[in-house]
Amino acid sequence: MNKVHFELVSPESLLVSEEVDMVVVPGTEGDFGVLVGHAPVMTSVRPGVLEIHNENTNTKRLFVSGGVCEVTSERCTVLAEESIDVEELDRVNLEERLQNAREDIEDSKNESERHRAEVSVQLFEEMLRAAN
Amino acid sequence: MPSLKDLRNRISSVQSTQKITQAMKMVAASKLRRAQEQVEASRPYAERMDRILSSLSASLGTQESAPRLLVGTGTDAVHLVVIATAERGLCGAFNSSIARAARLHIRELTSQGKTVKVLCVGKKGRDILRREFGGLMLDTVDLGGVRRLSFSDAALISERIIGLYNDEEFDVCTIFFNTFKSVMSQDVTERQLVPAAIRVVDGESGEETDSIIPEFEPDEIEILETLVPRNLAVQVYRALLENAASEQGARMTAMDNATRNAGDMIDGLRLNYNRSRQAVITNELIEIISGAEAL
Repeated sequence: MNKVHFELVSPESLLVSEEVDMVVVPGTEGDFGVLVGHAPVMTSVRPGVLEIHNENTNTKRLFVSGGVCEVTSERCTVLAEESIDVEELDRVNLEERLQNAREDIEDSKNESERHRAEVSVQLFEEMLRAAN
Repeated sequence: MPSLKDLRNRISSVQSTQKITQAMKMVAASKLRRAQEQVEASRPYAERMDRILSSLSASLGTQESAPRLLVGTGTDAVHLVVIATAERGLCGAFNSSIARAARLHIRELTSQGKTVKVLCVGKKGRDILRREFGGLMLDTVDLGGVRRLSFSDAALISERIIGLYNDEEFDVCTIFFNTFKSVMSQDVTERQLVPAAIRVVDGESGEETDSIIPEFEPDEIEILETLVPRNLAVQVYRALLENAASEQGARMTAMDNATRNAGDMIDGLRLNYNRSRQAVITNELIEIISGAEAL
């Protein structure tokens, strides 16, 4: 068998669990592709686009909001808090939310509020980039 | 001796109560099914998180630089007790059994000279414990407006806990909630959140793949640092889900009992009613007959 068993899990459900040819995971240290027989790696995932490649069907692109990824030679498991199909990202809506988040940075009163706003700005910027 | 009209009124009032409890039972049953599905759906994530964490901490060994959320502050002078209860009553002993366990725990800690702080999730726990531990309560998280519990609700709570921990407000954190066993029985569970209690996979029980130490990117510590707070959120999320399922189960049982009790009561009242109705008729007949005889 030369397929990777790929699983995408969010706390609320098991989103994807299937045999695929290759997945491209947006790791914190850079994107990397996982094929069968990959060396075992454990890495954190940054907000970005995760690609699922299959020979016969179209490439599926999902946006994940960050998490962790565990790779063994026959398995690739991504734990992500949130994930959304790139096709479903709405540019106008995102720009609005990005704008709001930027304003939140200005309005933030303390360190943790500011930090949270900055994280969401980053998230929305990544989402926008993915949507384009 | 109540009059016939009084009895009739009572019967109809008990009947309408019975209708309400029956409806509540139905509602609880359907909510229970949904809550159970949610618990089911959250399981894969928690299982994989456990697996990753245990292999991480196994490869980490006993390094000093592990995140503080994992190893603790080294003391246990200040305890934070998170008490997860329901927002609503009418669910049997559900809320009071959590409150009882938490009360015992808090008393024991204070008798050992530890400082205790309390964070309530859900209104009922606060109401029950306010009189005794009002001074210890930091805050209450109100989930009253939440219709379907989502992960972000749990994430907010865990952020609060982590914030408090980083401000060195406490050393050890435990959460109290009910584990759903069956519709009839729920177990009060106490789980330690901070320092995180991680089961390290033993050589014998671990899978073969676990013996290969994977590469870490960026490195173990950094991954742990993002993972441990997430794990906390997952633990809180699971506790809240279990709690939600238990609450509906407890309510279902309680309402089932209430419906049955109302039925018994109606039977008794109806017997009484018929008896006094017959007595009245007999009385009237006696009056008529004795009147006729007197002529």
